[in-house]
Amino acid sequence: MMKFRFRRQGNDPQREKIKQDLFAFNKTVEHGFPNQPSALAYDPKLQLMAIGTKSGAIKVYGFPGVEFTGLHKDTATVTQLHFLHGQGRILSLLDDNTLHLWEIGQRETGSHLEEVRSFTIPGRSGIESTSATRVTVLLPKLSCDLLAVGTEGGGVHFLELPSFTLLDKSLFQDEIMQSVPEEYKCGKSLGPVESLQEHPQYPDKILIGYSRGLVVLWDLQSRRVDNYFLGKQQLESLVWERSGNSFVSSHSDGGYMVWSVSSSTPCTHEPVTSTITYGPFPCKAVNKILWRTTESGAPLVLFSGGMPRASYGDRHCLTILQDSQHVTLDFTSRVIDFFTVHCTDRDKDFDDPSALVVLLEEELVVIDLQTAGWPTIPAPYLAPLHSSAITCSYHISNVPTKLWERVVCAGQQQGTLQTHTNWPICGGKNFAPDPKQQELLLTGHEDGTVRFWDASGVSLRPLYKLSTSNIFQTDCDHNDSLNQASEEEWPPFRKVGCFDPYSDDPRLGIQKICLCKYSGKLVVAGTAGQVIVLYLSDEKSDHMIDVATLDLLQDREGFTWKGHDRLPPKSGPVLFAPGFQPVVLVQCMPPAAVTAVTLHAEWNLIAFGTSHGFGLFDYHRRSPVLARCTLHPNDSLAMEGPLSRVKSLKKSLRQSFRRIRKSRVSGKKRVLVSSPSSKVQEANAQLAEQDAEVTPVQRRIEPRSADDSLSGVVRCLCFADTFLRDGTHHGPTMWAGTNSGCVYAYALDVPSQEKFSEQSVEALLGKEIQLMHRAPVVSIAVLDGRGNPLPEPYEVSRDLAKAPDMQGSHSVLIASEEQFKVFMLPKVSAKTKFKLTAHEGCRVRKVALVNFCSVASEDYSENGLVCLTNLGDIHVFSIPALRPQVRYDCIRKEDISGIASCVFTKTGQGFYLISPSEYERFSLSARVITEPLCQVEFDRPHDSSEPSFCAVSPQANGTHKAQSMGESRSAGDAEVVFDEVSPLSSPALDSPNSSADITLDTTGELTLEDVKDFLVTVDEAENNLRNRSEEDGRPSGILIN
Amino acid sequence: MNKNHRVPSSRTLSAVEVKSKFGAEFRRFSLDRSKPGRFDEFYGLLQHVHRIPNVDLLVGYADVHGDLLPINNDDNYHKAISTAAPLLRLFLQRKEEADYSAFGTDSLTRKKTPAALAAVLLRPDANRKKPPVIISLPKDFRPVSSIIDVDILPETHRRVRLYKHGQEKPLGFYIRDGSSVRVTPQGLEKVPGIFISRLVPGGLAESTGLLAVNDEVLEVNGIEVAGKSLDQVTDMMIANSHNLIITVKPANQRNNVVRNSNSGGGAASGSSGRSSDSGASYYSYSTPGAVAMTPSHIIQNFRPEEVESDDDEEEDLVIEAGGDAQLAPLSAGGATASYSMPSLPRYEPHLNLRPSNGAMATSASVGSLSTSDRGLERRNLEEDGTVITL
Repeated sequence: MMKFRFRRQGNDPQREKIKQDLFAFNKTVEHGFPNQPSALAYDPKLQLMAIGTKSGAIKVYGFPGVEFTGLHKDTATVTQLHFLHGQGRILSLLDDNTLHLWEIGQRETGSHLEEVRSFTIPGRSGIESTSATRVTVLLPKLSCDLLAVGTEGGGVHFLELPSFTLLDKSLFQDEIMQSVPEEYKCGKSLGPVESLQEHPQYPDKILIGYSRGLVVLWDLQSRRVDNYFLGKQQLESLVWERSGNSFVSSHSDGGYMVWSVSSSTPCTHEPVTSTITYGPFPCKAVNKILWRTTESGAPLVLFSGGMPRASYGDRHCLTILQDSQHVTLDFTSRVIDFFTVHCTDRDKDFDDPSALVVLLEEELVVIDLQTAGWPTIPAPYLAPLHSSAITCSYHISNVPTKLWERVVCAGQQQGTLQTHTNWPICGGKNFAPDPKQQELLLTGHEDGTVRFWDASGVSLRPLYKLSTSNIFQTDCDHNDSLNQASEEEWPPFRKVGCFDPYSDDPRLGIQKICLCKYSGKLVVAGTAGQVIVLYLSDEKSDHMIDVATLDLLQDREGFTWKGHDRLPPKSGPVLFAPGFQPVVLVQCMPPAAVTAVTLHAEWNLIAFGTSHGFGLFDYHRRSPVLARCTLHPNDSLAMEGPLSRVKSLKKSLRQSFRRIRKSRVSGKKRVLVSSPSSKVQEANAQLAEQDAEVTPVQRRIEPRSADDSLSGVVRCLCFADTFLRDGTHHGPTMWAGTNSGCVYAYALDVPSQEKFSEQSVEALLGKEIQLMHRAPVVSIAVLDGRGNPLPEPYEVSRDLAKAPDMQGSHSVLIASEEQFKVFMLPKVSAKTKFKLTAHEGCRVRKVALVNFCSVASEDYSENGLVCLTNLGDIHVFSIPALRPQVRYDCIRKEDISGIASCVFTKTGQGFYLISPSEYERFSLSARVITEPLCQVEFDRPHDSSEPSFCAVSPQANGTHKAQSMGESRSAGDAEVVFDEVSPLSSPALDSPNSSADITLDTTGELTLEDVKDFLVTVDEAENNLRNRSEEDGRPSGILIN
Repeated sequence: MNKNHRVPSSRTLSAVEVKSKFGAEFRRFSLDRSKPGRFDEFYGLLQHVHRIPNVDLLVGYADVHGDLLPINNDDNYHKAISTAAPLLRLFLQRKEEADYSAFGTDSLTRKKTPAALAAVLLRPDANRKKPPVIISLPKDFRPVSSIIDVDILPETHRRVRLYKHGQEKPLGFYIRDGSSVRVTPQGLEKVPGIFISRLVPGGLAESTGLLAVNDEVLEVNGIEVAGKSLDQVTDMMIANSHNLIITVKPANQRNNVVRNSNSGGGAASGSSGRSSDSGASYYSYSTPGAVAMTPSHIIQNFRPEEVESDDDEEEDLVIEAGGDAQLAPLSAGGATASYSMPSLPRYEPHLNLRPSNGAMATSASVGSLSTSDRGLERRNLEEDGTVITL
């Protein structure tokens, strides 16, 4: 009953040291586009860009590879960001009306973005309303010693920087109102401060714009108004012309006005010009306007919004105007903010903007303003991963140079791949060493595309985009008619950006990907049961695709598929660009989503599975080899298709939300319990709360039965050259695992290379294994005689990997959602196992076999089984002994999509989605770490003015915190807390997963004696525990009955 | 033979005289009182001396009160040996002809003398007024639940073991979140807990009577649930569902087992060093084929260790393409023939799943396979077994 597999061995210091050299958990970098950006800033001196998000994160970017991340303590939206130019300091304003000062700072190990100060604007005495002191705009002066703060109440306050000392110079509206002409006053207030702009020539003068339309030029020294501009239209934003002789205001009616500033006329009634670009019908407000002078003549006007309300009110637009040139950039998501990269040198006469940077809600768009036609510049970072929703991801480590170059070449011809030569934001230096090996991350998307990303370094670069939709007949024409704007159209829209959340046909969605990195063969499988085999080709081609249909139901009677139809393939030849070109299309019937796929390029075989069964296909001969139905006779849900499952999904979502809410509440309870004074109150409060919950959530306790629904779903497939029939002859095998804990093993008869065309592949059922606990099989892997995973196809024949040990007996590692088990081959006798769920109450979500290299010695490495559970923690086990090594908290357990999206690399890194648009990269290996290492040089007064060397450890946008080795035992700590309240607790040190493990475990040498010894250990542990619980079991006076 | 019978005095201390009757035949032999051996050895010996090696027997003896009591396990065998004064009178019946109504304490009041008792055995129809209630023998039962570890748990707690085995009956209970009040040095404190929320009528949990709604779940198979979420505890219970051990704090504390603290019971139950089953409840197989499948010449008594190792092996079923179904053997060498048998019937539902695969063996054939193994094993025992004096 109490099975403690692992006797506490004390701390074997030697093993502990080895483990420290092998394992370390770090969240290293975030790839992709920040979720829900809310603010943008740019420092022209340091050439750094900062983005703030709704979750309170600040991300700073410069030259590709230069990245900093900071996270506010409170999760509040960052509403404004401002650089103190050239100082490496950032001011942030949150929507809780607090100001924060951030510095790029140094530590011995490296630097980071850290918050140094925060400030809340105090309320004005006499005015109760808090909204009056709500900050609307900030203006840090270019001299960086003064910050002007405009408020909702119309006041302007001045703070000394960087100390945030409130200066006694505040300017209130009544002071302004005194000198405003009577006819303008008309009894109304001026409204909130909408804009503050520093005079480009005289730093002591600032332009203050009020919501009602009044703009004043205020002299800080003399504390008086130089000029009044009596605007009558509600003000949105202000911008100076470079000379300081005029400024531009934008308004809520969709127009903008140019005002001239002259010292002779203190009160200006009318602007020089007033334009409503998209009039005369009512337009939306121009939220922000920029006015940039150019050497060539006409100024460049850039503004967001201002679209005709009735016809284009729903568009997200930004207009660029220069002379007769007029472009309306049409984005697919909301414009958050924008800036231009231009000359800020005071000696120069013109702005001469070189680039426009637009932060949208879902992507970053950069426009080259120096090239005719204003083309876009692809960004080297902040890649919009989610341009179509990510449906799956696949990682390939150590990509051969040959394949890499061919993919890069194909990408260049597509225009996906860009050079960084004209990238305008290039502050800081990237010191990260060139990656030792090339890594590819493949993402499958809802629209049927597969995107190839360079995941070798800190910034995830797009390499190549593959579309699979062109081989099917779909309702939509894919000739991107959107790019061909007709000449007559007004406004002159130009579609910009790639974020496109609308999928033409959900059936196109990619479910599984498998790539052979040596042969350049790719298998992509999708939602409508389509399995596409693609060859990498450097030439374009116009060919027919071979289509095969495989009936996975075989001759099962009484099943009618109620889901979607299969995708009709195009009949004629299709033109394919260089890159991956489809060759064979296999369509599963019924066309349910493909749930597992694998490829063996050496044998020319693909295997794929759905919720109905699995198939084996010889893509060389274009002939099916095997189809096997895994459906249980009582399983009706499997035939429903995804549509009717939506209902239950909704229900389960609702349930899980309820659960999340609940766990939040209980989480809070536990924290509060630690303070003894409030305990009684707390208990009473909980009592009341408990009573309020009328129907508590309950869970049925019932063993899984054979006829549970969806038991036939094929969860994993694998090819291996191993011993299935007898212990002397090895050969090709194929393994399939299902949702109901069933494993099928087939012996394959694959003809030799020469005979491939004449002789067909044969598959013979070798073994069927029914796991007693019936939990879904998550992964199957064959281990060689030394306990190492078998190499990939071609690795041995091309001398890229050590040949597997075919002398010793092989074993198969079967990972189910509940336990790991190693079986000897060919007898399939159980050798070792670890029951994770029985011990920990968590279930296996993702597993991978990983090679961990030691930091201490390059030659030493161990293979480990890495497992991500439904609680979001990661366990590492030795193989084949399956002894727990380390455990780390990685993902919040509520983050279901994060857990579902996790992929591991072969060298101990991993990726998971922290938002629909961002991957968090983490590392389990102490040796293989990909993190930013960069330097930004700046002069900072009152501070060490040396250039700082910054290695940054960014934290995600509010989702987690970093973990050290010490924290990895937090579960144990939690148990200790509960010791105080439970008379039955067993001490934390006996936890079966205690990372305090064991003797040095040389893989593959587990003999029979070891096993026996191991069993003795169990007994001892059991007796120990029994003795202990006997002590604990004294009648306890501390329980109330 | 007669000699043995006549001179009891010299041998009373060391030997037990046995007079065994099967049909009309008698056999006499003696056993060493101090070393009686195990029941199955004794059973083999009886078959041997009566020369009926392949007949399934029901063994009964007349105790000091003249009651006819069964001998079918080590415990009642040892009891019979130790109480024999000095003659142990055995009555053997063919199992298929057995008359169970003869057993029991009532036989004392109905039939005062052993002779009358024998008469009942020989003429079962005599003196019968109404058809008696047929009660099956223990081997036709299997444990469904037990209270264990009474000696080491606080009296307020109860550790219940549910044996799911292969039967159709659902475990039949639900759990929920809740909070329980504890007394701590700081005063009353509410802590989150897991409770049984519902029992399914007719389910295993309900039928045992050992679990009730609102019982607080403290441990699952030795692992504390404190700090674990409802879903975690659900997963743990399901992962252990074939042999579930739940430690509960019963909502109703009036039915607790009251321990006699000075009886030295700790020593008695602790002698094995393992958990002691107290009050296991049994019920009959619900699968009709199951009785037939159990090797009929063995009267099985369940010991906790057996069930435990059964759990621990938890063999996965491996079906060879050649046609034989086999259990995945444990190369660590834990599996012995006797343990694998009780677990057999539970594979049956699975096997029925694949109607198309004719190559599959049924579990019954596996059963017979083990049966012959068992036969072999016994013959070995017989040879170097208990001392036989004829």
